[in-house]
Amino acid sequence: MEKILLRNIDVSDSHTLTVYKSRGGYGSWRKIVESMTPEQLINEVKASGLRGRGGAGFPTGMKWSFVPKDSPKPKYLVCNADESEPGTFKDRLLIEKDPHATVEGTLIAAYAIQSQTAFIYIRGELAFGAGRLEQAVDEAIQAGYIGKNIFGSGYDLDVIVHRGAGAYICGEETALLSSLEGGRGWPKVKPPFPATHGLFGCPTVVNNVETLAALPWIIEHGAAAYAAMGTEKSKGTKLFSVSGHIAKPGVYEVEMGYPFKRFLDEDCGGVANGRKLKGVIPGGGSMPVLRPEEIEKVNLDYESVQAAGSLLGSGGVIVMDDSTCMVGAAWNLARFFAHESCGQCSPCREGCHWMEKIFRRIEHGAGEKGDLDLILNVSGNIMGNTICPFGDAAAMPAAAFIKKYRDEFEAHIAEKRCTITG
Amino acid sequence: MALEFSPETLKKFEETVNRYPKKEAAMLPVLYLAQREFGHLGEEAIAYVAKILEQPPARVHGVVSFYTMLNMKPIGRHHIQVCRTLPCALRGAEKITGFLTQKLGIELGQTTADRKFTLSEVECLASCGTAPMMQINDDYYENLTEAKVTEILESLK
Repeated sequence: MEKILLRNIDVSDSHTLTVYKSRGGYGSWRKIVESMTPEQLINEVKASGLRGRGGAGFPTGMKWSFVPKDSPKPKYLVCNADESEPGTFKDRLLIEKDPHATVEGTLIAAYAIQSQTAFIYIRGELAFGAGRLEQAVDEAIQAGYIGKNIFGSGYDLDVIVHRGAGAYICGEETALLSSLEGGRGWPKVKPPFPATHGLFGCPTVVNNVETLAALPWIIEHGAAAYAAMGTEKSKGTKLFSVSGHIAKPGVYEVEMGYPFKRFLDEDCGGVANGRKLKGVIPGGGSMPVLRPEEIEKVNLDYESVQAAGSLLGSGGVIVMDDSTCMVGAAWNLARFFAHESCGQCSPCREGCHWMEKIFRRIEHGAGEKGDLDLILNVSGNIMGNTICPFGDAAAMPAAAFIKKYRDEFEAHIAEKRCTITG
Repeated sequence: MALEFSPETLKKFEETVNRYPKKEAAMLPVLYLAQREFGHLGEEAIAYVAKILEQPPARVHGVVSFYTMLNMKPIGRHHIQVCRTLPCALRGAEKITGFLTQKLGIELGQTTADRKFTLSEVECLASCGTAPMMQINDDYYENLTEAKVTEILESLK
């Protein structure tokens, strides 16, 4: 399979403009500015079938097309580099090893919606990556790819690298915009959607790093070449971050539709230390866990993973072997969500803390009869009752762990101890 | 004397604010400048940032208290932050934390008496493939073992 997203990362000094240019970098940007209208660009990306890689999988070209063309307000393009989903580290790799691909993708998306100010919102902890992006932007300014009257076209564009300050919720697009407006990272009610009422009430598009990094290749090789890869509804390639009890953890680029089991067993070397698989989370910490028998026929594309009862999400694959305590794993993730809830909606603010407390007491031998149904009840009351997807992200994995490993939870409660690790 | 930016930082402040479409959008970069200059963001620093960004102090306070990287209280020279989220936990994060508390003689959330180290646990830092890991100030340290942690601590002044 031809690598699209990871095509440059093994080249030495892949983060520099010299190397990026020597590999065809910014050729797509020049082609677009010199010969394509925004409409042609949007149609090309629509035809490629590219879907947002931040987790939701929304068609990218369609998202751009929602931006009103006749709005008198400024328009903003925001690259979402706030990668914080447990088990996900693909954007970090792209940012650190191939920052110009993300910058070029940001320019392309900005042009599609005719934005003249673009932001790259990178999570604050990634200081090294932020440095790489700042350097890439500076180099692109020097080379005339960013700035006034780009390639003599009359089109102006500025790019600002903006560092977050530590808050998972800022990966949610409306929370990210609240943060960028100088406030707490509080999600906003949708509708209105950012495409019409985004940053400072102006039309705004937020695209994930991986989505943007695919654009230069799509323009260079054509939408048809991209759409030729993958499945009917999930086109192209996708990055998977593989972690936990796996022989070869890391970031892998896979053609959409690749068999999940083969991916784990062959590409990733199987479960570490020859142990048996107990469960795997396919799409980052907010997605339901799958049991070994559930992944037998699953393929790595949006539809297949959904049919198996989970979601592809960010492609954060967390592998758990047969030594893993599933109560402990569920508690760990519940604690993550309790820590990261922004506190705006009461079902999430209260519910996440209750789920964390109950999981904790079960793990520590103080669980009570009825606790499992209580968590399922709390989880059910969060689902769909919050203004952003965070509530569902906290509720889904909690319920899935209990439903799929109920015996283990019941044994913890009955024996008043952790029955796996003692 | 009330806190204020040095002339150098003030210049950086002006440059930063001028790039943003609205002054308040520069909130986080300006708070980073303040944190670097003042060490932490106490009430005085918050009041100062509110003044120069023309924002209500309550709004700035709300922002500072929301984000984990903005410190309202003084911390040690080296802020050790061990990731505790599932992928790191599966690969022994708890052992690393236990080793650090023992080695430094402090509990989570505490600072050593010489103010050299502050120890915290944090959530996922996007370094799951190289777990367990920790961040010390701006730097990531990955694939940790107890021996490696000892070496890292000794290398820090």
